[in-house]
Amino acid sequence: MSAGNGFFSVEDLRLHFRTARGPVQAVDGVSFTLDRGRALVVVGESGCGKSSLARAILRLLPRNVHAYSGSVRLNGMDVMRLPEEQFRREIRWTRLALVPQGAMNSLNPVIRVGDQAAEPLLIHGRAGSPAAARQSVQEVFHEVGVPRDFLDRYPFELSGGMRQRVALATALVTKPDLIVLDEPTSALDVLTQAGIMNLLKTIKRETRTNFVLITHDIAAASEIADDAAVMYAGQLVETSRAEQFYREPLHPYSRALMASVPTLRAEKTLEFIPGRPPSLINPPPGCRFADRCPYRFDKCSEEPPMLKVDNRLVKCWLYR
Amino acid sequence: MPDEVLLTVRRLRTWFELRRFVRAVDGVDFELHRGEAVAVVGESGSGKSTLAKTILGLHRPRQGEIIFEGREVGGEKDLRRYRSRVGYVQQDPYGALPPFMNVQRILEEPLAINGEANPGARMQRIREVLDEVRLSPVEDFLPRFPHMLSGGQQQRLVVARAMILRPQLIVADEPVSMLDASVRIEILQLLRGLQARYNLSIIYITHDLSTVRYFCERVFVMYGGMIIEQASTDDLLRNPQHPYTQALLAAIPDPDPENASRVRVVPPGEPPSLLSPPSGCRFHPRCPAFMKGICEVQIPPDFEPAPGHRVACWLYDERGQGGPPAPSRA
Repeated sequence: MSAGNGFFSVEDLRLHFRTARGPVQAVDGVSFTLDRGRALVVVGESGCGKSSLARAILRLLPRNVHAYSGSVRLNGMDVMRLPEEQFRREIRWTRLALVPQGAMNSLNPVIRVGDQAAEPLLIHGRAGSPAAARQSVQEVFHEVGVPRDFLDRYPFELSGGMRQRVALATALVTKPDLIVLDEPTSALDVLTQAGIMNLLKTIKRETRTNFVLITHDIAAASEIADDAAVMYAGQLVETSRAEQFYREPLHPYSRALMASVPTLRAEKTLEFIPGRPPSLINPPPGCRFADRCPYRFDKCSEEPPMLKVDNRLVKCWLYR
Repeated sequence: MPDEVLLTVRRLRTWFELRRFVRAVDGVDFELHRGEAVAVVGESGSGKSTLAKTILGLHRPRQGEIIFEGREVGGEKDLRRYRSRVGYVQQDPYGALPPFMNVQRILEEPLAINGEANPGARMQRIREVLDEVRLSPVEDFLPRFPHMLSGGQQQRLVVARAMILRPQLIVADEPVSMLDASVRIEILQLLRGLQARYNLSIIYITHDLSTVRYFCERVFVMYGGMIIEQASTDDLLRNPQHPYTQALLAAIPDPDPENASRVRVVPPGEPPSLLSPPSGCRFHPRCPAFMKGICEVQIPPDFEPAPGHRVACWLYDERGQGGPPAPSRA
């Protein structure tokens, strides 16, 4: 993952939330690099910090932030260092966009979908006039497969799949360099999901937009993955090229996760992972998966570094 | 396969009245055997949840009959006896559990309502069931409230509640769709274990075809309020006959890096409106094998191209038009 041009990178990103019981280490030292035109999928179970990672990248922070540090580099520039106002004006939505989880349900119910999708253009002064913005929206709607006459409809008049396409159009309309997609298909039906995935593939091929796709669905993620990262208890435990990850995951957690995914076309023995992920308030010292790991040994009471295995990184003492 | 029939559903229709009728379930026939697990697969709006709720006695059918252990389920008194023999596992465990009751009360209530007057006997049964769903040590769990349990534990509690009256049939409506991959397998294996131990029948409602091969003997595919194909799981996955089933299977990804270079064939359009469904076969406006003059004219009956494999599609009408299409495989 680091051999290429490193167009987008995240280094030692941390986002902790303040709660009554102590800080929650939702994102705790996440690093990865992504080359231009590639898609990274971040897979993990609920509560592992995936959505917080999306928010940390876009600097969309709630009020109870306890710690927020690290760097987010876009084409060499550390955008974390920019003042909030400049980040809002120059980066968020125009260069880094987000399709949040449940985006299809977060559209404003009283504004026509065409007008909603035009908002980023008008707010960021990317369109000369409302008419020009409408023109751009029309083009993007066409690109994502929303019929022209849907521009003047309200969200409730659209199916889930169509609303998800509108949410995607709203992110695409400013032609950002990178789009973070948080569970873009998990609420959709199988055929609708396949349609959205086809669409993402086409957009990636034609516009070279980078994607960071965050999901719990490892099978769906393989539809678009160039690179893969596995998140567990606030940390990345493995990053590799997708073809290596899907053929042979390295980290014991990644392997266990893969063993729990049912396959349609081949018979396999499904296994579940006993136990539960640790609390992110005071997680155990050492490897956070150790309690559930079948390969646990003495060394695991110390926190493993990201170890290099060929061109992959894995946070596990087994690979020292 | 065991052949004693536990449940028979005939010409079942469940309609909801708006200004017109929403024909959510519109002519469903099947037999479910004792000890058999059947998956009902379909997309949202296919009528699968309405079918589940009609079988549970939560919706009144507009037409048709439900026959359980040889007796038609009808009047209030029947319904009460019937409900005590059919367990319900809901989709969202947290929503299905009353937040103000602890584990003990949640499990005790069905016993008390159904006439178990002896508190000692009730406690014994509660312990048994908790042990069975592996919420142990039992003493730790009895005083807990739903919010103190993880998602997987909540769903195991829902399963315990469904099992507490020793039902013959479990209807599980998307029992794992809100859970993580690993927890899903845990819950499905739990249900599978209970099925084997008690010769339970299970109706497993799901949109996730990839799990059915591991947990069901037969599969029914629903589209537009009807069962359009039914077969043994193996047969259906290996040799899908209905163009809709073929499209559905082709759209499901396995975890495979090759997927990134594939484009999946997706039928155009969206599932039909149940207010004014298309004439003839409800899939005809989206069907790649559409035959004009036939498919939009009359609803296809079930054909049986292979023993036990039934498909409602005019392609399999031996009297006539073209042979079956080549099944598309991803």
